[in-house]
Amino acid sequence: MFQVPNMLFALPEMVLLTMACVILLVVAFTGARKIEWVYGLSQLSLALTLLVVLWSLGDWGLTFSDTYIKDALSDLLKVFICVVNMLVLLYSVNYLKARQLMQGEFFVLAVFSTLGMLIMVSAYHMLTLYLGLELMSLCLYAMVAMQRDSAVATEAAMKYFILGSIASGMLLYGMSIIYGVTGSLAINEIALAIANTDGNETILSFGIVFLVIGIGFKFGAVPFHMWLPDVYHGAPTAMTLFIAAAPKIAAFAMIIRLLAEGLIDLQNHWQDMLVMLAVLSMILGNVVAIAQSNLKRMLAYSTISHVGFLLMGVLSGTEEGFAASLFYTLIYALMTLGAFGMILLLSRQGFEAENIDDFKGLSEREPWFALMMMILMFSMAGIPPLAGFYAKLSVIKAVIDVDLLMVALVAVVTSVIGAYYYLRIIKVMYFDKPVVEHKLEASSSMQIMLSANALMVLGLGIVPGILMKLCTIVFA
Amino acid sequence: MIVLSDYLILAALLFSLSLAGIFLNRKNIIILLMCIELMLLAVNLNFIAFSHFSGDPGGQVFVFFILTVAAAEAAIGLAILVVLFRNLSTINVADIKSLKG
Repeated sequence: MFQVPNMLFALPEMVLLTMACVILLVVAFTGARKIEWVYGLSQLSLALTLLVVLWSLGDWGLTFSDTYIKDALSDLLKVFICVVNMLVLLYSVNYLKARQLMQGEFFVLAVFSTLGMLIMVSAYHMLTLYLGLELMSLCLYAMVAMQRDSAVATEAAMKYFILGSIASGMLLYGMSIIYGVTGSLAINEIALAIANTDGNETILSFGIVFLVIGIGFKFGAVPFHMWLPDVYHGAPTAMTLFIAAAPKIAAFAMIIRLLAEGLIDLQNHWQDMLVMLAVLSMILGNVVAIAQSNLKRMLAYSTISHVGFLLMGVLSGTEEGFAASLFYTLIYALMTLGAFGMILLLSRQGFEAENIDDFKGLSEREPWFALMMMILMFSMAGIPPLAGFYAKLSVIKAVIDVDLLMVALVAVVTSVIGAYYYLRIIKVMYFDKPVVEHKLEASSSMQIMLSANALMVLGLGIVPGILMKLCTIVFA
Repeated sequence: MIVLSDYLILAALLFSLSLAGIFLNRKNIIILLMCIELMLLAVNLNFIAFSHFSGDPGGQVFVFFILTVAAAEAAIGLAILVVLFRNLSTINVADIKSLKG
């Protein structure tokens, strides 16, 4: 007997897909003439999706033959993905206009990639997870390559494409092994099959190795981080911002669904692997970032270290750990958004504010935004009372609770090392003489939202309780 | 009689061959793209073998989707390759090194 699946659970995705098709048609028929409309439509579609997510909050369950889930985690992550991507588009507009990159393709790719992220977040079956992941990744590869006349951008796109494809291949190989042992592709059935049978743990852990490598590639954890600095550096900054922020939120959903929900009974197998990834990421990310003179590259290495931190919460395998990791991911997305937003704010036609030297004397030229940048840098370094501090504290507490003291020690030591290069930015902004004369060209809406973004990082640091409570409820 | 492990060994061989191709190849990006395809095909073989021997059709359905996505992926990869060749006039892996640090 055929049952009509509950379509309402996938309503946000359906709205976004419909809007994406409308945007595609508008782009096809108006070309470059009505690009402002296309931008407006993209913002509208993300806003509509956000409204639908908020409207359907709290009605949870499985649908589409148990391949699709709507739960507290997916709702919370979807809200953040929509908000983050709306901000990304807002920050990018001026930059894209100045570089003749303000083309319909960017918005089409952005909306489709957002759709992929939403599907990833809601996937409860290996197939849905894979399709969401690929929908997101394929759009991102094309997006990086959009600046067709730039040699570095296309080189970055090629590297991103090849390493991203290897990651998908690894992930699929791991999935196939786990499918072979458990006989199922649905996350809950896999968990059930593993709980009910004792043997075959060796083969399963063989599969988990490939899954973890795939996840490591997607997150950019050491030793699978090679693509990350090159892509962040080579891609146009607007695209870097897009890649850096929301896809990490979606990747977090992937790691939770696969490891924490599907393979939780084999935690002793994946914990050691994640410990290695986390420790190496924190050490390499923080140490190599010191040597960078390009701010985008430095932020890329800082991302690698942040990935190490957020893996720490996951590897603890406790509910508190997952909640801490979730909190870290969301705060990370906000901080990255602000930091890359600041590069976009200071860039103008023919000038990329991507070197650390370009921030020299910012406090004399733009005292307000120097202050905002200082908040963001202090938060990334993990200095109280900013959100980054609370995020770091909660993941470190999570690993101490499961007696992994060495990991906590590495985290504390490397975050002290990391503070050096964040503080260098602040020193350059406040104590050096400006080398470039320059006035802001960004729209006032971007200036307001960027300030709000940075102040939110401050606000979440002073009152972290609300968001932390939400994160805890998600995993309770 | 061909048993499950024969298929798995073949798939594992193909998979390692493709990985070796990706990491040892220093000449041509097109070979990299071919290796990525080979990797996905090895995975497909795994899925089909498991699906056949366990009697569950889910794995075979997965293979259809992987094939489709692989086609889309190849299209994007080749498109990026064309753009790259226009900019650098080379598709030699060793020459693609302007981003470093």
